[in-house]
Amino acid sequence: MFPKSDNELNRREFLSVMAASMAMAGLAGCAATPPEKIVPYVRAPEDLLPGKPMFFATSMPTSGYGMGLIVESHEGRPIKIEGNPDHPASLGSTDPFAQASLLGLYDPDRAQIVTQSGRISTWDAFITALEDSLSGFESNRGDGLRILTETVISPTLGGMLQQFLAKYPAARWHQYEPVNHDNSRGGAQLAFGKYVDTQYRFEDADLILSLDSDFLSWQPGHLAYARKFARRRKIAPGERTMNRLYVVESSFTITGAMADHRFPVRSSEIAGLAKALADQSLSGEPTWLGQVVQDLAEHRGRSIVIAGETQPPEVHALAHLINDRLGNLGKTVFYTDPIETNPVDQTRSLGELVQEMAAGRVDTLAILGGNPVYSAPADFEFGQNLSRVPLRIHQSLYFDETAEQCHWHIPETHYLESWGDVRAWDGTTSIIQPLIVPLYQTRTLYEVVSAMLGNPSQSNYEIVRTNWQKRQPGQDFESFWAEAVRRGTVPDSQEKPLSIKPRTQILPLGETVQSGEGLEILFRPDPTIFDGRWANNAWLQELPKPITKLTWDSAALMSAATAERLGAHDSDVIEIKSQNRSLKAAVFVVPGHADRSITLTLGYGRYRSGRVGDGHGYNAYTLRTSSAPWIAPNAEVRKTGERYELVTTQQHHELNQRHIVRHATEDEYARSPAFAQEEEREPKPEESLYSPHENIDYAWGMAIDLSACIGCNACVVACQAENNVPVVGKGQVANGREMHWLRIDTYFQQGPSSLDVYFEPMLCQHCENAPCELVCPVEATSHSAEGLNEMTYNRCVGTRYCSNNCPYKVRRFNFFPYTEWNVPQFKLLYNPNVTVRSRGVMEKCTYCVQRINRARIEAKKEDRKVRDGEIVTACQAACPAEAIVFGNLKDPASLVSKRKAEPRNYGVLAELNTRPRTTYLAKLTNPNPDLVGKK
Amino acid sequence: MSQIFHPSTNTISRLTIFGGAGFVVALVLALAAINESPYITDVGVARSQPVPFSHKHHVGDDGIDCRYCHTSVEESSFAGIPPTKTCMNCHTQIWSDSPMLEPVRESFRSGKSIQWTRVHNLPGFVYFDHSIHIHQGVGCETCHGRVDQMPLTWRAEALRMEWCLNCHRSPENYLRPREEVFTMGWQPSIPQQELGRQLVRQYGIDPPAKLTTCSICHR
Repeated sequence: MFPKSDNELNRREFLSVMAASMAMAGLAGCAATPPEKIVPYVRAPEDLLPGKPMFFATSMPTSGYGMGLIVESHEGRPIKIEGNPDHPASLGSTDPFAQASLLGLYDPDRAQIVTQSGRISTWDAFITALEDSLSGFESNRGDGLRILTETVISPTLGGMLQQFLAKYPAARWHQYEPVNHDNSRGGAQLAFGKYVDTQYRFEDADLILSLDSDFLSWQPGHLAYARKFARRRKIAPGERTMNRLYVVESSFTITGAMADHRFPVRSSEIAGLAKALADQSLSGEPTWLGQVVQDLAEHRGRSIVIAGETQPPEVHALAHLINDRLGNLGKTVFYTDPIETNPVDQTRSLGELVQEMAAGRVDTLAILGGNPVYSAPADFEFGQNLSRVPLRIHQSLYFDETAEQCHWHIPETHYLESWGDVRAWDGTTSIIQPLIVPLYQTRTLYEVVSAMLGNPSQSNYEIVRTNWQKRQPGQDFESFWAEAVRRGTVPDSQEKPLSIKPRTQILPLGETVQSGEGLEILFRPDPTIFDGRWANNAWLQELPKPITKLTWDSAALMSAATAERLGAHDSDVIEIKSQNRSLKAAVFVVPGHADRSITLTLGYGRYRSGRVGDGHGYNAYTLRTSSAPWIAPNAEVRKTGERYELVTTQQHHELNQRHIVRHATEDEYARSPAFAQEEEREPKPEESLYSPHENIDYAWGMAIDLSACIGCNACVVACQAENNVPVVGKGQVANGREMHWLRIDTYFQQGPSSLDVYFEPMLCQHCENAPCELVCPVEATSHSAEGLNEMTYNRCVGTRYCSNNCPYKVRRFNFFPYTEWNVPQFKLLYNPNVTVRSRGVMEKCTYCVQRINRARIEAKKEDRKVRDGEIVTACQAACPAEAIVFGNLKDPASLVSKRKAEPRNYGVLAELNTRPRTTYLAKLTNPNPDLVGKK
Repeated sequence: MSQIFHPSTNTISRLTIFGGAGFVVALVLALAAINESPYITDVGVARSQPVPFSHKHHVGDDGIDCRYCHTSVEESSFAGIPPTKTCMNCHTQIWSDSPMLEPVRESFRSGKSIQWTRVHNLPGFVYFDHSIHIHQGVGCETCHGRVDQMPLTWRAEALRMEWCLNCHRSPENYLRPREEVFTMGWQPSIPQQELGRQLVRQYGIDPPAKLTTCSICHR
C-alpha cells in the first residue's frame, strides 16, 4: 500500500538482482515446496467456524459523529466494513472514509508505543509522570491544567471529562477540530438564542435550496440524507414525484453536481443573496433569484433551505428564518438539542487556550486526539505557543506534527480495536465494540482520561460497561447490554424534536465578509483526505477526487476565467498572499467554479503523517486564520513560473456527441419515456457471427441508476477493500496505471441554464459478446455458465490484448508487483476469498464472484435457488443512493430485471454489439421550466 | 585422395543422432515420471507430525466419526483441524500419562497451538469448499482415501486440476448417497454409473458446463 518510487535500477544492481534471481530459480527447482504448518486453536472460540466469516456491529466516530457499521471478520481479522442497516446514520451504506478506515487499522505507520520526547517509554512511566503532575494541582483545584480534545459526542467520554472538571474545578476542557460546526452553531444562537442541531427530512422535500451546503458529502447525517434525496430522483414512467435541487455555491461539490440548477456564486456573495431571499428584496439581484423565490413560495411546507457550514452564522440564521416563513418547520426541518456533551464555539475555545498558553498560565496540557500544531488557525501560532507549556501530553493514532512537539505521546487505539460509545447526528447512541485485540501497545481516550481521574488500571471495557450500568440501573442490564452491542444501537436514544421557532428579527445582519473585486480564497475539507486525518491512508490518497479526478495532491482550484486572468494553466505554481501569509500551490482549472475565487483544500502538505502522506500537495492551514476559516478575502496571487506535476485519472470530460451518458428532463421523460433507447440503435442478438452463450440457472446482471448516483466514491473504496485492489502511487497514476476496478467517470456538459455534471460508475460490463474474450491467446478470460466475464489469473500471461480490445477500458494490468507482500499487518488486511495478484496479470471487476459463489453454495446446501437480494456486491452495499442493483436476469421478478425493464435502461457502447450485462438508467433532471434558457 | 573419415564414423554418427534423439525422449519421459512420482505429488508420503496421530487407530479401531474432530466440514469451506481441547476431551481420561501425548498436554497447559504439518494443500488461487462437496455426495474417502488405514496421514491424490476436473466433468463416476459420505470403504450396491446418474438428478448437481466454469474454483 505504499507508493512505488520511480527510481530505476542501475546496471550493477540490475546484474546483481538478475544473478540472485537466477540462483534462486535454480535452487527452487531442486526441491518440492516445503510442507506448510497448520495451526489450530487450543480452545476454539465459541461460534467461530474457521473459513466462515462473522459479522459484528460497531460504530465509527468521525469528527465525533457516529456511523453504524457491520464489520466482516475472518478468524478474528476484520477485513471488510459495511453499513449497519439498523443505524439511522448509515442505513446500510457507508462513505469512503468508513471503508478506508480498515486500512488505517492495519497501517504500519501508526504510533505503536508510548514515547517520551521521542524515545520509547512505557505506560507505567507515563502514569508516574502524570500522577506527579496531577498531584501539583490538588492544592490549586487544577489551575493551569488544560485538556484539548476533538468534538466529543461520546456519552461515556463526555461524562468522564465532566467528572474531571468537577474534580479540578479550575481546569478547563477545550475542543477543536479544523472542520467544525461553529457557523451552524452561531446561526442557531442568532436565530434561537441557544445551540440547537438541525435535522432535515429530504424524503418530504419537493424543493431544496442549498446555500453552499454540501449535504451529500460531509454534513452530519450525509448518508441518510443522500439515501432520502436519491429516492426522490428515481422515478418510474408516469410518476411526477421528482424533487428539485437548487444549489448556490462557489466551489464545485458533489451536491452541486446533483443540482437541477447550480448557480456558481462567490462564497462571500451568498450572504447577500440569503438576505435578499429573506427580505424578498430582489431589486439588483440576479433574475434567477426571483424565480427561485417564486418556486419556494409554491412549495410551502414541502421545501428545505439549507445553509452550508462554510457560510457565516448569519446565513444559517436566515435559512432558519426562511424555513419558518415557508412553513417548513415541523415538516421538513426539525430542531433538537445538541447531541454533543458540551457544544462550544471551537475556534473561540482554542483561541482561549492559545491566549492562556501565550500568557504562560498553562502548566499541563493534554491534547487527546487531533493534530492542532498542523491544523490550528495560522494566526494562533499554536506550535510556538505550545512550547511555553511545561508539560505537554499528546494522544493520537499517529506520531504526527503535534506529537513531535509534545513531551509524552500516547498511541491511540483504533476504533476497530476498542470499546466505546458514540452518538449519531440524530442522537442515536451506539456501543463501539472491538473487532480485534489492539495490534500495538495503544490506549484509548477513555483509558487516558480514566488515568487522569486516578484510575490508570481500569480497562477500556470496564469503563464503558460500568458507565452504561449506571445509566441503565434497575432493569435487566445484561440483556440490554447484549442487545445494544449486537444491534449496534441503543433503543430510543435519538433526540426528540423541539418545538421552537426562530426569532422573527435576525437583523441587523452583521457585516459579512466582502471581497469586493479582489480574489477570494476558499478553504474546504478535501474530498478524500478531509482535514488531513486520512493523509496516511493510501486508498484515500489514490481515490480520484470527485469532479477534479485529482489523486495524491491538492491543487488551487479555480475557474477558467480566473486562471486566464492570472495567466496560469494547469500545473502552474502560483503564490497566494493573504493577510501577510503566503503559500505556493499548483493551479487546476475546474469548470463551473465561481469566478474570482480560488479553492484550497485542507489536509495536504503533511510532513509527519507517515510514509504515504508526507510531501504531497500544499498546506492550506498556513493561510487559514481564525477570523476567516472558510473565506479569506482580497488575496494577492501571482504566477511564480514554476511547475508542479498534478495527476488525474480522467483527462477528458466532454461527451462530444457520444451517447455514453443519456439524460432528459422530467418533462421530456414524461413525453417520451424511451428517450434513452431511441438515442442509439442497439443491434439485435441475431446480428452476430457468434452463437449466444447459454446461461444455466442464473444470468447475473447489474443496473446503475445515473439519476441516483451522487458520485461520492464509496463504491470505489468498497471495491478496493473487498477485492484486494492494490495502490500504485502517484508516478504510476501519471502513467495511467491505476488499478481501480470501478471508477466514476465524470462528464461536463453545458446545459440550457447551467453546467451539467454526469457521474457514471464504470466497471467491467460483463459483455455477452465480450471483445476481450476473443483475443486472449491463453483463454485466461472466458465466459461463465452464468454469464460472467471471468478473469483467471493463473492462466494469464500478460499479453494485455484483452485490455487493448476493451472499449470500456476497465481492465487493469499489474505492471509491477504493486501489492505489499512483506508488511505483516497487510497480511491481515486481505480478503481471504480473493486472490492477491502479483506482477504480470490482468485483473478487473468480477461482479464480486466470491459473494456469488458463497450465496450459490449456501443456496445449494439448503436445496433452493439463490434469492433475489441475497447477493449484494461490494459497490452496491456501500452505495448510499441505492444506485446500483445486482441480481439474476433470468428471474423476471428480480429487482434488477425490473430496473432493466424500465424505458430509461440503456447499454453504454451497446451499438458495438457487446451486449453489456451492466446497463445504466438514464439520468433525469427536474429543471424549473421558467429558468431554462436564462442565465 | 584418401578418405577423411574412417568407416566407423558412420556407426558413431548414427549412434550420436539416434542416441541423442533417444536421450531427449528418455529425458522427457523421465521428467514426466518424476513429475507424476510421489517425490513431486506427495501421494502416499506420510508426513511426520509433532504427535504421531493415527487416523487408523481413531477412525479404524475406535470408530470415531470424521465430524467429531473436523467439525466445520458440513458448514464451512474449511473442514477444521481440531483445537487441542478436542484431543483433551478424551485424553484427560485415557492415555493421560502417555509420553507420546506430552505435546498435546503441553499445548493445553501453555495455550500454545500444536503446529501440525499440512498434508493437503491447494495453491492460493484455488478456492475449494468442503461443505458443498459433502452436501452433494462426495465422500471423504473419494479425495482423502482410506484414512482409516493410515497410521500417519498421507495424500491419497495429487490434488491436481486434471484430477478435480475428472469429477467436475463426470460427477456420476464418483458420487455416493449423502448418508454414506463419511463411511470408509463404501461400495455401491448397483453399478456406480447408474447410481451416480440417479444422484446427479436427485441432488441437482450442476451440469459439467457450469462445474467447469473457471470461477467455480478460481477467483
